[in-house]
Amino acid sequence: MKTSYASAKSLGLVSCHDCHLLSRWPGSSGGRSVQCPRCGAELHQRKPNSIVRTWALVIAAMIFYIPANALPMTVTSALGATQADTILSGVIYFIHSGSWEIALVIFTASIFVPFLKFIILIYLLLSVQFKSIKRPKDRIRLYQLTEAIGRWSMLDIYVVTILIALVKLGILADIEAGPAVIYFASVVVITMLAAESFDPRLIWDAVEEEA
Amino acid sequence: MHQIACHECDLVQSIPPMPARAAARCVRCGAVLFRSKPNSIDRTLAWTIAGLVLYVVAVTFPFLAMKSGSIIRETGLLTGIRQLFDQGIIPLATLVLLTCVLIPLLQMLGLLYIFVPLKMKIRSQPFAIPVFRLFRHLKPWSMMEIYMLGILVAIVKLGKMATIVPGLAVFAFGLLIFVLTFALSSVDSHLVWEYLEKKR
Repeated sequence: MKTSYASAKSLGLVSCHDCHLLSRWPGSSGGRSVQCPRCGAELHQRKPNSIVRTWALVIAAMIFYIPANALPMTVTSALGATQADTILSGVIYFIHSGSWEIALVIFTASIFVPFLKFIILIYLLLSVQFKSIKRPKDRIRLYQLTEAIGRWSMLDIYVVTILIALVKLGILADIEAGPAVIYFASVVVITMLAAESFDPRLIWDAVEEEA
Repeated sequence: MHQIACHECDLVQSIPPMPARAAARCVRCGAVLFRSKPNSIDRTLAWTIAGLVLYVVAVTFPFLAMKSGSIIRETGLLTGIRQLFDQGIIPLATLVLLTCVLIPLLQMLGLLYIFVPLKMKIRSQPFAIPVFRLFRHLKPWSMMEIYMLGILVAIVKLGKMATIVPGLAVFAFGLLIFVLTFALSSVDSHLVWEYLEKKR
């Protein structure tokens, strides 16, 4: 077993993103792309423009997060009266009707998880940009956490989809999707892409440089 | 012994021959590098075929029904998606259709496409390599378990004004979540890549 710590990059090797085959890195071939000898995927020692791309996606998602929370997710009409509900007013409704567990689930998935993802990704980006060598293992954990939890924010989108399918009782009651749904879905998709475009190996590069 | 680089931290290390049901972790960052899976081919195929049967039931049978007084409204898995289309929110309708209906189906069809030739020990299909690469990128976008939680929330929300009756399709859908998870976790991608490499 190898005990000295050496990354593939420092050994002049490259690991394929898709099939994990380790092959020799031919060096920068004048802008031409290098393909994996086994699966044909384009090879990169590190994800290209990882930091800039992740920043752009995080900022875009933060902008969409505002209308996603401010605008109504659902518009309910019952017996002639209409009511518009945002994510937060939905959470408050559940607290008042006594289902605090559901309120907690929605608050966590829709408001807290996207917010947490912003904080973690910004922290990871800054820590890589300032070449931090502190607690790399914990930062990897944080990265894995953002990868795992992001999808759960889709919850509210699905709830709206199910509600508008079920509640179609003509004049008695009707639920329609509000303007926030599209912003909210964008936040979820963009933060997932942001987590995907961040390269966790950058965290270890700074640690190796220091050693 | 074969050498790989950790996908999380890029550390180069060797993986020794592994006993059944063991996992190899990166010595530096602890990420799981490799998991040995007994009977990978048979298990994957069995779970995938079971999954496809459940899928057909989940898409075709009644999903949820709402009963309020004398009015009953029956819906299928696709009803809400069609409503979003009708309301003109097409990107969102597409997103829900992809994440809860099409991507799970593509995952299962992709597994069949790769594993049937593997089981029969015949030449792999054309495009097997791009299909398997795509398959590995689909996983985070398959979100049936989140949809299931959405059903629970919707039931609680409507509980005051109506009775929600779950249909056969909901149970099939719920089972499918587990079956698809088992199918995906029995895929030994190392084995698949070795096979695809030889057959090229």
